Amino acid sequence: MEDIVRLSNLIDAPAPTACPGCGHLLFFRLIREVLDELDLTEKAIHANGIGCTGVHRAWQNHGYVPLTAHGRAAAVATGIKRTNPEAFVYTFQGDGDAAVIGLAETLNAAYRNENICVFISTNAVFGLTGGQMSWATLPGQITTTSPLGRDPKNTGRPLHIPELIAREFPSIAYAARGTMNSPQHINQLKKMIHNAMQAQTNDEGYSIVECMSACPNNWHMSPLQCLEYIENEIIPEFPLGEFKKRGD
Amino acid sequence: MKKTLMKGNHAAGEAAVRAGMMLYAGYPITPSTEIMEHLSARMPEEGRVFIQAENEIASIHIVGGAYCTGKRAMTATSAGGFSLMQEFTAYASDAELPFVIINVVRSGRGIGSLEPGQDGYRQSVYGGGNGDYRQIVYAPNTIQEMVDDIYESFEIAEKYRIGVIILTESSMGQMMEPVIMPNYKFMEDRPDWAVTGKHKWDKGAGDWEGKKKSWFEKIERVNAEMQRYEESGLEDADHVVIAYGLTSRSCQEAVRKLRLRGEKVGFIRPKVLFPFPREAFSKINPSVKGIINIEATEFGQMLLDTAVTTKQSFERNIPVYAYNYGIGVPSVKEIIVKYDEIAQGYCKEVY
Repeated sequence: MEDIVRLSNLIDAPAPTACPGCGHLLFFRLIREVLDELDLTEKAIHANGIGCTGVHRAWQNHGYVPLTAHGRAAAVATGIKRTNPEAFVYTFQGDGDAAVIGLAETLNAAYRNENICVFISTNAVFGLTGGQMSWATLPGQITTTSPLGRDPKNTGRPLHIPELIAREFPSIAYAARGTMNSPQHINQLKKMIHNAMQAQTNDEGYSIVECMSACPNNWHMSPLQCLEYIENEIIPEFPLGEFKKRGD
Repeated sequence: MKKTLMKGNHAAGEAAVRAGMMLYAGYPITPSTEIMEHLSARMPEEGRVFIQAENEIASIHIVGGAYCTGKRAMTATSAGGFSLMQEFTAYASDAELPFVIINVVRSGRGIGSLEPGQDGYRQSVYGGGNGDYRQIVYAPNTIQEMVDDIYESFEIAEKYRIGVIILTESSMGQMMEPVIMPNYKFMEDRPDWAVTGKHKWDKGAGDWEGKKKSWFEKIERVNAEMQRYEESGLEDADHVVIAYGLTSRSCQEAVRKLRLRGEKVGFIRPKVLFPFPREAFSKINPSVKGIINIEATEFGQMLLDTAVTTKQSFERNIPVYAYNYGIGVPSVKEIIVKYDEIAQGYCKEVY
């Protein structure tokens, strides 16, 4: 009976507006599942990012706040959590949002060890604006603003947010990276989400989970090709795993 | 109630505590910093939240996060710090989210100077962000009035679901005056728009028609209900001086002296800048010879509102004169000299 209620919670949400094969959708569905499994849905307040993740806020059927300004979600989440310690507070952002324009907010919330969960769905491009280079774009990857392929010489190397946060701010609770390209990886990612959420409910502090997500439209690939691309190109650059384990 | 001598910025911070502010997030910037310093001790003392954020963008978004859930929150800033917050004021206005910002204006462009001035008018009154929106702007001219404005501001912001700016000046923040602090109060009930795990935000994206209608109604109500001004001698005035903030204190004294000399001078002081006190203009002698707008800006910012309101309020074309003082606070003597030049016809009207 309980399972039926949980399932209805998910079905109840408005139809997603994501493209076929979008990784955000899968990552977000996992977040919603874990919220239900940990009985957090009715306590959950969500500060979302801008771009595709901002559009997807329609998936929500629990509390979200209206301030979708580019990159500021971690600051908004800080304000929610500090004044509502009983609430479960998380952000859902893309890499262009959390790790480019919102790098300051993302890093400073981690620096202060705010007791929030940050979920970053990284597809290595700016999705909603049509596939421009982000800080996670692979060297040589062609985007609409790196038409000859990303040149690390003058555009930098891909930015590894969970590693950076785990290394520089060791008092945080949890930092991990997963992906959604196979059932095995999806299970691993779900465990990471579990850990991140439990870290907050146990008052352990800041947690961050990055999911390497497919973007068929802007990668100009079929959804299946995307999953292979993640396996062969993205995982070698962005290794999966836990960079800060709970209790370490 | 006991009067105590308090520095303007400390009094401003304390007034917010008394008004039930549950979270303060800020970033230091002269001349507003003492508000933050005061609250860094007072907020924890009251079991409330104080956050020193990484910059003004984060400060105001932390405030917004708290206010979304129906918890009173505020920040204070100045100059370039207020500029950085304009991204938020546009987003919050779109969502019809209340917020309170104290803008302790220092004069100049960019880094500018630390001296007092009033050139934060345009950014505060018209909103510095993208899109059409307005904020209620209080412009106190004493520390007591500032305290009372801040004490009321949260309820006003929540009532209309609009942003509120408390526009003060660097001298106002730094000077001391006797002040009576109001009693502690708190938000009575969690507002029905507050976000919880079960309750989403009610002004979602996409409902453009609904938002447009709601903003028109809001502006109409605010215009009608927030006409706040001080006036004197308008009925028989040949000339009317209009000024706000610290400048208005010199003007008030200058007008008193001119009246003693037998000059028919009226005076209007907007206590709230948006909505602009149109009502006061309807009390002016219909055969008035001119309106004199005095403010501490270089080009004149309130001047435009004064000019438009003058043209709307009279059937005749009444000249509007400008005394744009620039940096600082004009002295009584300087104002009287300027008045004489205008009254004797040596100055050309600007509108």
